[in-house]
Amino acid sequence: MSNETLSILLFLVFVAATLAITVWASRNTKNATDFYAGGRSFSGPQNGLAIGGDYMSAASFLGIAGLIALYGYDGFLYSIGFLVAWLVALLLVAELLRNSGRFTMADVLAFRMSPRPVRTAAGVSTITVSIFYLLAQMVGAGALVALLFGFTSEFAKGATIALVGVLMIVYVVFGGMKGTTWVQIVKAVLLMTGAALVTLLVLTEFGFNLSSLLNDAAEQSGKGEAFLEPGLRYGTEEQGLTGKLDLISLGLALVLGTAGLPHILIRFYTVPTARDARKSVMWGIGLIGTFYLFTLVLGFGAAALVGSEEISRVNEAGNTAAPQLAEKIGEIMFGDAGGTILLAVIAAVAFATILAVVAGLTLASSSSFAHDLYAHVFRKGKATERDEVRVARISALVIGAVSIVLGIYAQRLNVAFLVALAFAVAASGNLPAILYSLFWKRFNTAGAVSAIYGGLGAALFLVIFSPVVSGSEKALFTDSDWSWFPLQNPGLISIPVGFLCGFVGTVLSKEYNAEKYAEIEVRSLTGAGAEKAVKH
Amino acid sequence: MSIDKNASGTVYQRFQGTAEFQELRTRFRRFAFPMTVAFLTWYLLYVVLSGWARGFMGTELFGAINVALVFGLLQFVTTFGIAYYYSRHAGRRLDPLADKIRGDIEAEEAQGAGTAEDAR
Repeated sequence: MSNETLSILLFLVFVAATLAITVWASRNTKNATDFYAGGRSFSGPQNGLAIGGDYMSAASFLGIAGLIALYGYDGFLYSIGFLVAWLVALLLVAELLRNSGRFTMADVLAFRMSPRPVRTAAGVSTITVSIFYLLAQMVGAGALVALLFGFTSEFAKGATIALVGVLMIVYVVFGGMKGTTWVQIVKAVLLMTGAALVTLLVLTEFGFNLSSLLNDAAEQSGKGEAFLEPGLRYGTEEQGLTGKLDLISLGLALVLGTAGLPHILIRFYTVPTARDARKSVMWGIGLIGTFYLFTLVLGFGAAALVGSEEISRVNEAGNTAAPQLAEKIGEIMFGDAGGTILLAVIAAVAFATILAVVAGLTLASSSSFAHDLYAHVFRKGKATERDEVRVARISALVIGAVSIVLGIYAQRLNVAFLVALAFAVAASGNLPAILYSLFWKRFNTAGAVSAIYGGLGAALFLVIFSPVVSGSEKALFTDSDWSWFPLQNPGLISIPVGFLCGFVGTVLSKEYNAEKYAEIEVRSLTGAGAEKAVKH
Repeated sequence: MSIDKNASGTVYQRFQGTAEFQELRTRFRRFAFPMTVAFLTWYLLYVVLSGWARGFMGTELFGAINVALVFGLLQFVTTFGIAYYYSRHAGRRLDPLADKIRGDIEAEEAQGAGTAEDAR
């Protein structure tokens, strides 16, 4: 049996298992709390696994291993921002959000504000961030199938994107948060197991001597010691000051963006209490941190055993480094059959990874559409629960369909920058609004709306005129050039702009509701009046 | 804990003013805010050194292990450490007090003073 056939078989097993979960979840999804928040009945460790499953995207698994394999140290540097970011979520956001919100990020923002403008802003921002992230994952899925199975035709890529899209729609429409969470839990277990296995084999090959692994990697990369030092990918010396400022900008967006990502925030609503939310972030941090330590070994292992030249020959961005390494180390350890099996396993895991992440994103955006825009803005809070869930399901279908079409259309475009952009928008618009809401007494409607639109607007405006959209070889539009903003990531400017807009908007408005501030402050810190878990 | 039931405002406003709640708020903020500043500074220092102090970062310590790698791994250690330290702090210093105040609020709301429920 070829590795392609085996891989497809394994993937089909995963799909069958997740569909069975979805059927079970749909039978247990009876009301809005079930659909949006999985009945708030997941335990801390379960939700921690789901957090890992939601967060560790193909961009982190294949992307970071690839970055390390090609550029050495800088790939590792990139992964650290993704991890440290979780402390912001743990210390400042997770528990307080769980105590004061119900289903979406906007619940917390709209708590003491005028609901319609704030929910509109939060809904727009949630859907924008989620669609950017979703699009990057969908295009990634198309590219991956070509790389792993050799299906290079446009049709095969398009069909893969459509398949991924249809599966994620099924998970979300029928399974809601319960189905999505279990898909993410299964994926997290598979991903951690697969990554741990390959890591262990690589370490065994090098006699558990990290130094000799690094030496070999540096030698094989052809770049020598520079491979083990920062500066080959981000802020290279040729790019000068601009490149180094870009490094800071990216670092800020990564570290501050996580706690503002809507699909991450809604995960905190799936547990019964704030204490479980804390526990789940602790588990999440443990898993995600361990995973990035694995990718460190995987990346340098790929550089040492497969070689940078061979990796970039197959894929310029290095996205196949992890699967290539799996095949190589399998061969070294167990002969040809071992290589075939290990490659198939890792390829199937990569697909499972994409599916779990896109399902989370679709759920976050459709929840926000139904709960924020439909129920509270269009129907002014008069929609019934049944109505709301029906609209959430329909919007999951629509968002899924739209992202399939956009994904197919964007196949040939370079959309890799969208993930970093999603983090930048989340850090610039959502995070200031959330932090001010929770901690600043004076904060009001004008402030919340200004923070979100100001941060979101600044990030989008700057990125449109940046080298990732036009005027460079790797831009979205390579033929024309209207760029004047030098940085690839807008965070360095747009994050302070978001915080400033929120501040100025607040002080220019006289609105202040002492009663509601007391309620959110006392509720968020004590858990009094917090939404309870559903008992079936 | 007795609170003045004749004081004006909602149950939450009355509890917000109690010494107990103020103590809880202080304990939370005194931990979370400086710690956030500390880990963000520590992370930015790492990123800035990666950009501007490459000679230092490239210094080999033992074998192929250099300062950059150790600094990066230290970010993992501090992240795990701060997470653990926070959860211990929360379990010892925040949770018991939060539980006590929540119990008092719920008891008072059960007595029919549930203005917050009605308002929703």
